[in-house]
Amino acid sequence: MGTFEVNKTYREINDRIASGRAVVVTAEEMIDIVENDGPVKAAQRVDVVTTGTFAPMCSSGAFINFGHAQPTIKASKTWFNGVPAYGGLAAVDCYIGATEPTEEDPLNKVYPGNFNYGGGHVIEDLVAGKTVHMRSEGYGTTCYPNRFFEKDLTLADLPQALLCNPRNGYQNYNCAINTTKKTIYTYMGTLKPRMGNANYCSAGALSPLMNDPCYRTIGLGTRIFLGGGVGYVTWWGTQHKPQAPRTEQGVPTTPAGTLFVMGDMKQMKPEWLRGASMRGYGCTLSLGLGIPIPILNEEMARFTGVKDSDIFTQVVDYAMDYPNGVSRSYGQVSYEELKSGSITVEGKVIPTVPLSSMVRAREVAFILKEWIERGKFFLGEPQFLLPGPS
Amino acid sequence: MQSKILILRFPAEASQKPLVCNLARSFELTFNILHAQILPRKEGLMVLELSGTRENFRKGLAYLESEGIDVQNAGQEITRDESRCTHCGACTAVCPTAALYVHRPDMAVVFDQEKCSVCELCVPTCPTRAMCVTATKTEKFFE
Repeated sequence: MGTFEVNKTYREINDRIASGRAVVVTAEEMIDIVENDGPVKAAQRVDVVTTGTFAPMCSSGAFINFGHAQPTIKASKTWFNGVPAYGGLAAVDCYIGATEPTEEDPLNKVYPGNFNYGGGHVIEDLVAGKTVHMRSEGYGTTCYPNRFFEKDLTLADLPQALLCNPRNGYQNYNCAINTTKKTIYTYMGTLKPRMGNANYCSAGALSPLMNDPCYRTIGLGTRIFLGGGVGYVTWWGTQHKPQAPRTEQGVPTTPAGTLFVMGDMKQMKPEWLRGASMRGYGCTLSLGLGIPIPILNEEMARFTGVKDSDIFTQVVDYAMDYPNGVSRSYGQVSYEELKSGSITVEGKVIPTVPLSSMVRAREVAFILKEWIERGKFFLGEPQFLLPGPS
Repeated sequence: MQSKILILRFPAEASQKPLVCNLARSFELTFNILHAQILPRKEGLMVLELSGTRENFRKGLAYLESEGIDVQNAGQEITRDESRCTHCGACTAVCPTAALYVHRPDMAVVFDQEKCSVCELCVPTCPTRAMCVTATKTEKFFE
């Protein structure tokens, strides 16, 4: 890091937000600004760049405290609408994970399984205000004698419900193909034989971590858009890998940084938390997440000016290589190519299929922009930054 | 010219008749059989793309009806619940007729019912279950 021509602090930007003078643009709008004016002028003019993504994020879930029953219970096993939650915590605390299917789900017994309902759907139903059936079992103690407890409840009845996702917002992800002769069903969607399609899952130039590729502004305490409410980055996510290979501009070319995020479910909205079913793979949660990037200096302006043509990923075979832990790339492609509708791999033109919604990602960035412009949302200055590339 | 994808349901007694051949010869209609099946009780099910002049199309349909065939418009059998669709694009991997496609540059997922062959592959593929097989409305179709 050198010295910069433009130097702004979080406090200065927040003061501008408070007075309604902050200049906020989305990451897509920032591309032209940086291209036309250069990073220094862009940094002088723009205070915050908003990002967004909306995609299935399997490492998601919620801590739920459901309040005490009478007589009291140490709920060692709990189900919500038949979906098991982990109960190895204090008496009436549990954690429901997004990928947990209902206990009666036939899974892949008839392949490919449909996985119609799971933890992600419970979270969506709760946030939508729907009634959810809860059932708990305990083994009985002197202090918690109850062995069975069930009730219908809504999110409003819960003392606490905290979305707590150990890995969200993956900075880049593989583009998946299938080189075999049979269709396969993966967490990257349906992949037709003989490289019939190539599936990818990133918002590219709108994606949060692509706009701060070296984590210069994101860390514990970064305030974010999470599931339609306000949440926080609380740690680096599991599998956070800052040492991933990068382009000259610092953008990783393989999956790299990840985020650990939390937020109060009671503020969230069901359109931004969607239970999802990936055929043959399982249940998950599609989630809207957006991060405001403070333009502290011209370096941040340059980072947020990133275009789809600057961002690359690897084409990976999900039939033979990925399941066997073989690290092999069938080629590097840009998000500009991926979004164009086809890529060329080993001389073959393959139609591309997105799994990450650009329409929703753009909406997240616009909502966040509006919140900031209206003075409803202020930047959270991180206590420490995510571990970055050395 | 009119071109529609139709679902024909043949009662057991009609499944032996060369109805599709007659459609082509008597009414100059072009057909493309997308799916055909004889069910265990000998009733038949066929998904047919039928094209011809508006007049011949109407006559052909009247002929099928007179033979006791239940004709439904396939284009109305799959619907999208707009409130559930997140425009992710997963469905476009499996749609064989490109009825589901990504509109560029905004990357919205469009569902063109006219092109839908009712293969139903999108139904279990859609992660949020936005694609539904719904009861066909045939009244307007035969007017």
